Amino acid sequence: MYQVGNLVKELSDKHGRMRESLMPILQEIVQKHNYLTDEAMVEVARELDISAAEVYGTASFYTFLDTQEKGKYVIRICKTITCSMKGKSDIIHTLEDMLKIKVGETTTDKQFSLIETNCIGWCHKAPAILINEMPYTELTPEKVSTIIKDYMQK
Amino acid sequence: MENKGLNKVDLIFEKIEPKEVLIKAFKMSSAEIIQNILDSGLKGRGGAGFPTGLKWKYTAAEKSSEKYIVCNADEGEPGTFKDREILERVSDKVHGGMAIAGKAIGAKMGIVYLRGEYRYMLLKLMIELDSFHKMIKEIGYDFNIEYRMGSGAYICGEESALFESIEGKRGEPRNKPPYPTVSGVFDKPTSINNVETLVTAMMIIQHGAKNFTQYGTKDSRGSKVFSVSGDTPTPGIFELELGMSVQQFVNVFGDGDTKAVQVGGASGFCVPRKKFAETIIGFEGVPTGGSMMLFNSSRSMYNVLHNYLDFFTEESCGQCTPCRVGCQQLLKGVEKVKKGEAKPTYLNELMKLADSMKIAAKCGLGQSVGNAFKSIVGNFREEIIY
Ligand SMILES: Cc1cc2nc3c(=O)[nH]c(=O)nc-3n(C[C@H](O)[C@H](O)[C@H](O)COP(=O)(O)O)c2cc1C
Ligand code: SF4
Ligand code: FES
Repeated sequence: MYQVGNLVKELSDKHGRMRESLMPILQEIVQKHNYLTDEAMVEVARELDISAAEVYGTASFYTFLDTQEKGKYVIRICKTITCSMKGKSDIIHTLEDMLKIKVGETTTDKQFSLIETNCIGWCHKAPAILINEMPYTELTPEKVSTIIKDYMQK
Repeated sequence: MENKGLNKVDLIFEKIEPKEVLIKAFKMSSAEIIQNILDSGLKGRGGAGFPTGLKWKYTAAEKSSEKYIVCNADEGEPGTFKDREILERVSDKVHGGMAIAGKAIGAKMGIVYLRGEYRYMLLKLMIELDSFHKMIKEIGYDFNIEYRMGSGAYICGEESALFESIEGKRGEPRNKPPYPTVSGVFDKPTSINNVETLVTAMMIIQHGAKNFTQYGTKDSRGSKVFSVSGDTPTPGIFELELGMSVQQFVNVFGDGDTKAVQVGGASGFCVPRKKFAETIIGFEGVPTGGSMMLFNSSRSMYNVLHNYLDFFTEESCGQCTPCRVGCQQLLKGVEKVKKGEAKPTYLNELMKLADSMKIAAKCGLGQSVGNAFKSIVGNFREEIIY
């Protein structure tokens, strides 16, 4: 859990306090903290003067606006057809082995979360994943383990 | 039917001087720009294929001091990745196309809705947008573009869901009418166009409508960018003249053992080998927003269908029953048939369900689930059962 502190106020100053400001504000909180806490959503509701239910209702619609705790690095593995055909399962096995978690889980040190996602627009370089914003493509078990080791050292 | 064969074209990624094209466009009247686009026969490149000139004409006809050009960069259709490449390589032409569209319909504001999966590009795009705004100012024209991000919802590519999302709400499609040309984002007249459509429109202004109509067929003018993936030795992005048959496509991109091509993504149609020769890729045959997925004989079409149904079940916004329940039933249904828990004839019931969804679903997502379902079950029934 993180403390939102002044963040919501700063973001509201930046993006405005209209209904259309809601998505950019929630997106930037997630960029910083990787998920939305109840506290953060209540704070956003207060700043924008809308009900917390509205904020939660909107956030829960979007898969990238997570309301469950997530690690510092969110790994999204594409499970759509081309990535599935080109070795997605091997990538998942490698990641599960390395991180000692299953898809859908977060490591106990809160560093990594593993999630499946739908086509991320790199099918010609399948299999592909996103780590936070960054795409990694044409993966092999070796390649993905090198990438994760780098993240572990960050 | 006309068949143009497979020809590579270089229009979308062609290097041009955007400033010159814009100066040329801004000297034209709104009606002249629209006439050029109408004459070109350009149809939307996002999948639905609505004539772009008409869309602009209708939006131009609305009386409102506030109108919008929205660029749809949500690109969530499985197997599509051309809009990302276009934005990476020629964003100046995307922004330029928006300004030209703005001039045509009388809009001073443009919004690009970029899918959350492409956020890694945003920083670079912001720098390029800055230079674009500077250039527009130099020409002495008033047009401003903003970027809005999606957050991982395929349905937000549907135009009215996209507007809801820009407005800060759940991305649930609206009832139509009113159409976006009358009441779009912020309830203002809006022309929403795909990334590639806007670039193509700019190139039509650059080269003239005549130049464009020499490519393609009566129903599918010009060229378009294809996203090629799956069992192919040459996956990637290719700009091709419209009007080729699936066979001609497979001759170039297949691996020698192509069993089926899914044209138009999960919401498109599956073309089996025996229909390659007679099927034209375009609005007269199988339309596509660019997604071309090839499958060779080592692939199980059951797995393909299951993957698509799983996709739709997850991505359905859940707002209307035919789609929410229909997607789940189709998915469970094929699983049951596969496991032998339901008789193969149960597939006929499911085909009827897919038909009902086409009629009863509120938006294009639910309406098009049947495309893949019926064309895969219809052509590969044995693979679904055994
Ligand atoms: C479920 C669904 C998803 C869609 N996704 C996209 C998309 O990602 N990009 C796009 O340009 N059009 C998409 N469309 C089509 C848009 O609703 C709209 O027709 C299109 O943006 C219009 O632009 P065009 O006329 O230039 O093609 C989608 C439609 C549906 C029903
Ligand atoms: S058809 Fe599906 S995606 Fe479209 S409005 Fe209905 S439930 Fe939502
Ligand atoms: S199928 Fe994985 S990126 Fe498209």
